[in-house]
Amino acid sequence: MFFERFMENIMILEYIDSRGAPWRAPIKIMKKKLRILIGKPGLDGHDRGAKIIARTLRDAGYEVIYSGLHQTPEMIVNTAIQEDVDAIGLSILSGAHNFLFPEVIRLLKEKGIGDVVVFGGGIIPPDEISGLKKQGVAEVFTPGADTRDIVKWIEGNVKPRM
Amino acid sequence: MVSRKKNNNSKRKKWEKETLKPFLKKSSERLSEFTTLSSEPIERLYTPEHLKKFSYRTDLGFPGEFPLTRGVYPSMHRGRLWTMRQFAGFGTAHDTNQRFHYLLKEGQTGLSTAFHFPTLMGYDSDSPRSRGEVGVCGVAIDSLADMETLFNGIPLDKVTVSMTINGPASILLAFFLVCAEKQNVPWTKVGGTIQNDVLKEYIAQNSYLVPPEPAMKIVVDMIEFCSKQVPKWNPVSISGYHIREAGSTAVQELAFTLADGVAYVQACIERGMKVDDFAPRLSFFFNAHMDLFEEVAKYRAARRLWARLMKTRFKAKKPESWKCRFHVQTAGCSLTAQQPENNIIRTTLQALGAVLGGCQSLHTNSMDETFALPTEKSVRIALRTQQVIAYESGVTNTIDPLGGSYFVEALTSKMEKEALDYIRKIDRMGGMIPAIRNGYPQMEIANASHRYQNQVERSVKIIVGVNDFVLENEPPIEILKIDSAAIEERQRQSLKELKSVRNVELVQKSLDALRQAALNDQNIMPALLDSARAYATVGEMADVLRKVYGEYHDPGIY
Repeated sequence: MFFERFMENIMILEYIDSRGAPWRAPIKIMKKKLRILIGKPGLDGHDRGAKIIARTLRDAGYEVIYSGLHQTPEMIVNTAIQEDVDAIGLSILSGAHNFLFPEVIRLLKEKGIGDVVVFGGGIIPPDEISGLKKQGVAEVFTPGADTRDIVKWIEGNVKPRM
Repeated sequence: MVSRKKNNNSKRKKWEKETLKPFLKKSSERLSEFTTLSSEPIERLYTPEHLKKFSYRTDLGFPGEFPLTRGVYPSMHRGRLWTMRQFAGFGTAHDTNQRFHYLLKEGQTGLSTAFHFPTLMGYDSDSPRSRGEVGVCGVAIDSLADMETLFNGIPLDKVTVSMTINGPASILLAFFLVCAEKQNVPWTKVGGTIQNDVLKEYIAQNSYLVPPEPAMKIVVDMIEFCSKQVPKWNPVSISGYHIREAGSTAVQELAFTLADGVAYVQACIERGMKVDDFAPRLSFFFNAHMDLFEEVAKYRAARRLWARLMKTRFKAKKPESWKCRFHVQTAGCSLTAQQPENNIIRTTLQALGAVLGGCQSLHTNSMDETFALPTEKSVRIALRTQQVIAYESGVTNTIDPLGGSYFVEALTSKMEKEALDYIRKIDRMGGMIPAIRNGYPQMEIANASHRYQNQVERSVKIIVGVNDFVLENEPPIEILKIDSAAIEERQRQSLKELKSVRNVELVQKSLDALRQAALNDQNIMPALLDSARAYATVGEMADVLRKVYGEYHDPGIY
């Protein structure tokens, strides 16, 4: 007896019954809700964007955990482990992005959950985005980003972790 | 009188029937509903009918007189222009000192200090919590030594200084006053403002040190201390700016700011102070957003409502106690990363609103601030924007030029009423601190912010360059680069040196005295001044306060 993945949310169950006849049955599976941590690392208190994104993702049907303000990278990674999240969205408006993004990614790898997708946004100069991506940030959204584009990006780039 | 009003009414109906309707049949209006930026509905035309209950004498009066709607001074900008005060701070104290000298040379008339996040949160540059943040978003100030460098060559009896700091404001005020001492400037001669509005930190800006109740106690300590010893100092700048930046409507900005003001006045009275002894030094700080008339009406309503609250609720007798004097900053949240040059135009309109609304000082944002701190060039353009309005536009020739406009007066009255409704609601909750503990203002702001984002994404609100008139392949603009790793290293080094040369025993003694003052519920300002003189650091003093009073954590309401 084995399962074969057919479509995103349909699996095919194949088995041979006691008389040796093969059976195939499609089974609809419940899609696991993505769990996303919206994190505010660093000391800045600008949480308008983080709150908008948290609400948008909740309305889009995801399980959202919002860290609240003034988190250290260690606190964010600990929350990610406890909450078993699939992705982390970091909001940084203090200019400390070049330290905080890589630090969170380094700690995720150190804790053995380097497969958690890290994306983010904030006041980030355009010419610094490629450097952040090279260090493992999957995507960076800047002021004026449409929340529908962010949801679309998550649908295409974040998968439930096994 | 009555018959003339009736006459107006019937004339309007006649106009609607005979002139307007046939016209609209041929050519309908662009939108089914016209609203302000804050989604307040706006009518097609305002006429005397909208001002039925309006009285020139009681609702407007004359500049410098109750209810101060037209302005807090008798001659307003004809007498003295507003202070052009650009907010600046980055890198080390030395870097920012150079920027201050540059701005003064370019014709700026006051200074405004932006501190880096570790200072704003009460941490030293060598704290593990400060990694990556040192000197990035403001100037790194760890001790009196940095403050002395920051104001090197700047006479503190001649230039007024504003300091944007809240949670640890008492510590920075101590640094500043000792700095004046070292320049041989008596405290009676220093003028300026410290933001020190802790309530809006819990509502919107989120840079706090201790929970709201002890934070309020420290603010009252400072107001009490300054009213006796630093008479020209504004010990609190009650701020709507950050409330608006967090996404509130114009009315919410007005209401929550004045409700915070009510809370400070109430707390000072409960301490035993007389309202007329401290109220004249309370100052305000508002946002200037895109909707010109809504903003002008907001400033006018703020002046009138504050004057009425002070006179009727708190029985203030001195006219100076009724005055809502305010600083304005243009709306950072209105700036776009797309086609950033357009931000110059946005800032110009916003600054115009602030000036028409009768501001006392103004900061204009730079076009590149959605990317980083501004370059010297973009700061200069922002300052020139104010200078063009002041010297070329002619809007400063008369006082309150929009006063008497049917539209602006109707909007002013409506906003005043709606703000008062909010203030009464907060009164019923037991005041602003219980309201904050309930998450009430935070939730109101989050809802307004979410609604606005939706309106932008559905193109109900148009933002040029973002959801319309979009440019593909935008050319990059020049952005200020700060070598944060080098600054962090330099700042940590100088902090290490300071710690090795100062008198450790004296530091310890002064910090113990601070702890005792806090534990015994005394005014902590004298102990903070002694700690500053001993070169205790921001982090050391803040740690004492955090240990005595506890910490506050963001409830993360969204």
